[in-house]
Amino acid sequence: MSELWSLFLRAAFVENMPLTFFLGLCTFIALSRKTGSALGLGIAMVAVMGVTVPLNHMIYKAVLAPGAWAWAGLPQTDLSYLKLIAFIGVIAATVQLLEMVLDRFFPAIYASFGVFLPLLTVQCAILGGSLFMVDRSYDLAESAVFGLGAGFGFAVAVVMLSAIRARLSYADLPQGLRGLGITFILAGMMSLGFSAFAQMVAS
Amino acid sequence: MSATPSLRSILIAPLIRQNPVTLQILGLCSALAVTTSMQTALTMCAALTAVLVMSAGLISVIRRHIPDTIRLIVQIVIVASLVIVIDQILQAYLFEISQKLSVFVSLITTNCLVLGRTESFSRHNPPLRSMVDALGNGLGYSLVLTVIGAIRELFGAGSLLGWQVLPTVEQGGWFTPLNLMLMAPSAFFLLGGLVWAIRSVLPEQVEELEYHSPDDPEASA
Repeated sequence: MSELWSLFLRAAFVENMPLTFFLGLCTFIALSRKTGSALGLGIAMVAVMGVTVPLNHMIYKAVLAPGAWAWAGLPQTDLSYLKLIAFIGVIAATVQLLEMVLDRFFPAIYASFGVFLPLLTVQCAILGGSLFMVDRSYDLAESAVFGLGAGFGFAVAVVMLSAIRARLSYADLPQGLRGLGITFILAGMMSLGFSAFAQMVAS
Repeated sequence: MSATPSLRSILIAPLIRQNPVTLQILGLCSALAVTTSMQTALTMCAALTAVLVMSAGLISVIRRHIPDTIRLIVQIVIVASLVIVIDQILQAYLFEISQKLSVFVSLITTNCLVLGRTESFSRHNPPLRSMVDALGNGLGYSLVLTVIGAIRELFGAGSLLGWQVLPTVEQGGWFTPLNLMLMAPSAFFLLGGLVWAIRSVLPEQVEELEYHSPDDPEASA
């Protein structure tokens, strides 16, 4: 149990998706203008990553991993090169399904997500989470915890960044730094701050 | 092809004026992660440009046959198939570099740059123009990556493309490598600085202020 907890902390803080692996930066930068939308994006990330990473794990183990077809008399078959297409398909389907379920049963939450849900299909952090799961050969429980942790870390980072940007919107910046430039420098400082977490979890 | 921008301007525009990374905010994810050395940065640039040009060509050829409702899925599947091919080629011929790039080659699939260009340009334009546009954007992306990769490798390890330019202290020289350059934060700082530099030279890229204070002369203008 404590191992899972430390995996969660590691995925959320030490290996924070946008700040140390640069994954999902496009949405991280583009949607952090307002704190409200940043919060919606963060919640959507936790939900989608918490579902897709373990789901992809099951599919990978059952169909794609080397030797997965041994029961059918094909022990040599290695379909792992197809994982990219399979994962993208699963993510797209999950996002679509989540959208439909939320729309039907929780219209308030659905309205607060707005346009972010469909955008998550092409989010690098989500696909990256599934690919890391294969790379580091997590088991089912670990991959569920990893997905939730990574999504949580993304949510924390994006809400923090949007709060800082809101504070700075009245600041008198040099012209060239306005908008994108200062956002990168802020993200760099946050990344510096997050690197202090590196010693938090013994690896 | 009259009344539309010439091929030359389609190719040149994305290099700096419409640069995909510093202006359109596309393709950031991979841009920063692979720039710790020039070698990985250049490999990544080549892989991304190849995928970009081929997918733009393919999608543009079949653009009239893709139903609008499922176009995103079709585009993603085409891009993903191309990425798998590139990934396998890299693993076969450049194994060490492909190990360093790890998941980032696969992540070209979800690179906003690829989908952004196919979605906004290839879908409405004939193959040649789309491929030229893709090439221009690929080169603009490569330009940014090469600059950042060069700075990070030069100051982080004292070398360029593996050649020792500044002799480090460990080798009896005078240069103490700046380890920070090889870590995540410096990539953000450098890109922020690059955006600042470009916008100082090209003031038309400066973003509008979101708020104006009441006694600000700009607001009344």
